[in-house]
Amino acid sequence: MGARNVLVGSPVERLEDLRLLRGRGTFVDDLARENVLHAAVLRSPVAHGRLRAIDTKAALALPGVHAVITAADLGARVPNIPLRLIPLPEMLPFEQPVIAASKVRYVGEPVAVVLADSAALAEDALEVVRLDIEPLPAVTDRVAAAADKVLLFEEHGTNRAVTFTVRQGDAAAAFKEAPYVRRERFSVHRHTAVTLEPRGVLTEWDRAQGHLTIWGAAKVPFFNRQILARLMVLPESAISMIENDVGGGFGNRGEFYPEDFLIPFAARHVGRPVKWTEDRREHLIAANHARETDIEIEIACRKDGTILALRGHAYADMGAYVRTNGAVGPRNSAQFLAGPYHVPHLDIDVKLLVTNKTPVGTYRGPGRFEADFFRERLVDMAARDLGIDPVELRRRNFVAESEMPYAVAAVTPSGAETEFDSGDYRITLDRCLQEIGWSDKQRLQGKFVDGRYHGIAIGCFIEGGAAGPKETARLVLEPDGRIAVLVGSAGVGQGLETAFAQIAADALELPLERIAGVRHGSTTLLPEGYGSYHSRAVVMGGSAVLAAASAFKTALRDAAASRLGCDAAAVELVDGEARAGGRSVTLAALAEDGIAADGSFTNHHHTYAYGTHAAHVAVDPRTGHVALVDYAAVEDVGRIINPMMMRGQQIGAIVQGLGGTLLEHLVYDAEGQLLSGTLADYLLPTAGDFPSIRAVTLEEKPSPINPLGAKGAGEGGIVPVGGVIANAVAAALSSLGVEPRALPLSPPRLWRLIKEAQGRTARTA
Amino acid sequence: MPVQFEVNGKPVEVEVEPRLTLADCLRHELRLTGTHVGCEHGVCGACTVIVDGAAVRSCLMLAVQAEGAKIVTIEGLNSADGELTPLQASFRRHHALQCGFCTPGFLTTAHALLSEEPDADEERVREVLSGNLCRCTGYIPIIEAVLDARAAYRKPGPR
Repeated sequence: MGARNVLVGSPVERLEDLRLLRGRGTFVDDLARENVLHAAVLRSPVAHGRLRAIDTKAALALPGVHAVITAADLGARVPNIPLRLIPLPEMLPFEQPVIAASKVRYVGEPVAVVLADSAALAEDALEVVRLDIEPLPAVTDRVAAAADKVLLFEEHGTNRAVTFTVRQGDAAAAFKEAPYVRRERFSVHRHTAVTLEPRGVLTEWDRAQGHLTIWGAAKVPFFNRQILARLMVLPESAISMIENDVGGGFGNRGEFYPEDFLIPFAARHVGRPVKWTEDRREHLIAANHARETDIEIEIACRKDGTILALRGHAYADMGAYVRTNGAVGPRNSAQFLAGPYHVPHLDIDVKLLVTNKTPVGTYRGPGRFEADFFRERLVDMAARDLGIDPVELRRRNFVAESEMPYAVAAVTPSGAETEFDSGDYRITLDRCLQEIGWSDKQRLQGKFVDGRYHGIAIGCFIEGGAAGPKETARLVLEPDGRIAVLVGSAGVGQGLETAFAQIAADALELPLERIAGVRHGSTTLLPEGYGSYHSRAVVMGGSAVLAAASAFKTALRDAAASRLGCDAAAVELVDGEARAGGRSVTLAALAEDGIAADGSFTNHHHTYAYGTHAAHVAVDPRTGHVALVDYAAVEDVGRIINPMMMRGQQIGAIVQGLGGTLLEHLVYDAEGQLLSGTLADYLLPTAGDFPSIRAVTLEEKPSPINPLGAKGAGEGGIVPVGGVIANAVAAALSSLGVEPRALPLSPPRLWRLIKEAQGRTARTA
Repeated sequence: MPVQFEVNGKPVEVEVEPRLTLADCLRHELRLTGTHVGCEHGVCGACTVIVDGAAVRSCLMLAVQAEGAKIVTIEGLNSADGELTPLQASFRRHHALQCGFCTPGFLTTAHALLSEEPDADEERVREVLSGNLCRCTGYIPIIEAVLDARAAYRKPGPR
């Protein structure tokens, strides 16, 4: 209608900022409800035990306490939370019950829910509920789990949930004949997303209507409604999931957790609204953990550095149960171990084991962060062994643009098949070298300057996005002539409203001000929606908005044609008006006709953004502290909707990755107690830690699988960070022979590696 | 017990339990929900409000301790004319927020800092803001936004 494609690709200031900057956001804990009761969850204080009895009498006797709900209130069978992604039959015995009934399997597992007049009273009551738990030995690592001596699920006979396998070519033969082989052991530690907003649920049960309303939905509200309907034996139409402002997602927030059943159940049980907001300690023991994986990995190369084969035997510590998306990380670490490289022969397996720790789920770049650390470390080691420049070794092994679409080896038993859609991986590599000043910095490589060892390294990655199967959108003409955008994607704080407003306004050729707002997530907006995960919102939701906009323009033309008495084909949409033969009608006037249009996008392919990161670090051998001197990131995402938001995604993800690499660690003791259960122990990065990061985003190779040409771009920034930093630390400390093989590289851990290396050097001298 | 203080220029009187934190009092008694609670142990800074000119973690202060104090919350930083203030506009221009949950704490902390030290250099800004956690932005845009907003806090000097 006049304004041609000016918004997509521009650094449009965000629409959601206007409320968030004024303290007018609405997060779930901001909501109040008449007559509400507050819930507090009693959690198992022991990692493994038989739950013999729960005495709630003293709690119920406290003033202001209205109910204490335990498994006994749920009837004969306590339901399990079903798996959302990769629902393999092998994993069904390991699903989590909504509340512990006969056993507890991790510290933090819900045992009872207290309902009281205030959150403080409910928490008071937790202290007088008496639990009789017969303690059992705790299985706190994957070695003990694999021994199967102590079983989390006796009736199932093993702690092994499933093994993912990738086989391609003939790895055994390749290793036999290869002139160069190296085997290593690497591990990535347990850490997780830690959204700044704690989780929360507010529920109201309307007994007269038989309707349940849930505020605090996030990520996948429609899917979670399906689960809740099944667990509460209600039709889906009897449940409304309302998405409010969400304080960060990163894979963690919005999966179906026990509380997502317990609070609605409690509201129906007592016939009053019930609200629950977790505290930070609860968040750290109850929300999904992630990443804990170790691997024995082997590479086979020709003397010229051509990679012939990769072999890997990995173990993923799942915690006590397999949760909704718990298998995604391990599956991805198997499927994407080869990353951006063409490796003809693969023999990889990842065993999923249960332990008496908090269950795991996805965290931004699930499995990919782990796989990148394993592979990029090994590639650097191989390059050094072979005397080949690590940059050249990578360049030599990239999947070539001419091989696109490139089929990635399939994983069994999930059967997941995927292919890289487009890309020229040399572009981001070369640009990254230029950004970091690779050749200039080489003079510092391994040098000891003013008390610190300097190291520079790179790492390459691919980022998957755009999970199917579908997304939906609707455009509605409002009475004031502006257009409301409704979409099935979910907002987790990433700037969805702005991105979709840009896409819609451009498609309608209208200025941004004519978009009346973007409403998303809630199940009340559209008949179906698929949410936000796997970096899918822009590709899937954005393409659905495009489809809806096209149908909307047709509807406008049709309505205008009947008003103007002409053929629809003769109607031009210009400057927010419909014109034909010298006459015109405004959109506000057309709104009387009740104009709306639906669109959807269906897709079974994935997008693969790709890139290279480079880091320059300085390591203080006296403290083990790693200073980030410089960091450059380059990623090609096909098409950028909003470059300002894109930079935000990249830098934000990189700093999260730096936290996971250098600071954050969920540490357990031998009894299965979490030792880092506060933000004073679980160290998130702060403003002083990583000041020098530059992010460049390119639009070189659009995705051929969607009309925007966009690729999922929210996770790539985190994927290579562990590998890049560990490689830079190894390069810095090469004169000492320090080889980081395990994350995190926190000061005490790195200090110990340095001391050990210095001890070795002293002994040989 | 009753407590009286001033919030955003208005006197208030609330009946509170002695154990109620100032954060919970602001949010749930006075319905000023712009102040957010992220950790309840004084680490994340999301609940920062300005008490008698100083940035204070309202989760570490009891409501009863606010007796007689002048408190400014995120809602009190808004300008009367409905436009974004220079600090807010700078946060928007630099994309210094994503989910927005930590943002009220950063705005109050930065406002308290720049009101006292409008010439704070980058190192000082980083030092002061390192008491607030943000999980989305990686901090770099926040630092840029605060540095860029300094001019608005400088008093016009003699010509």
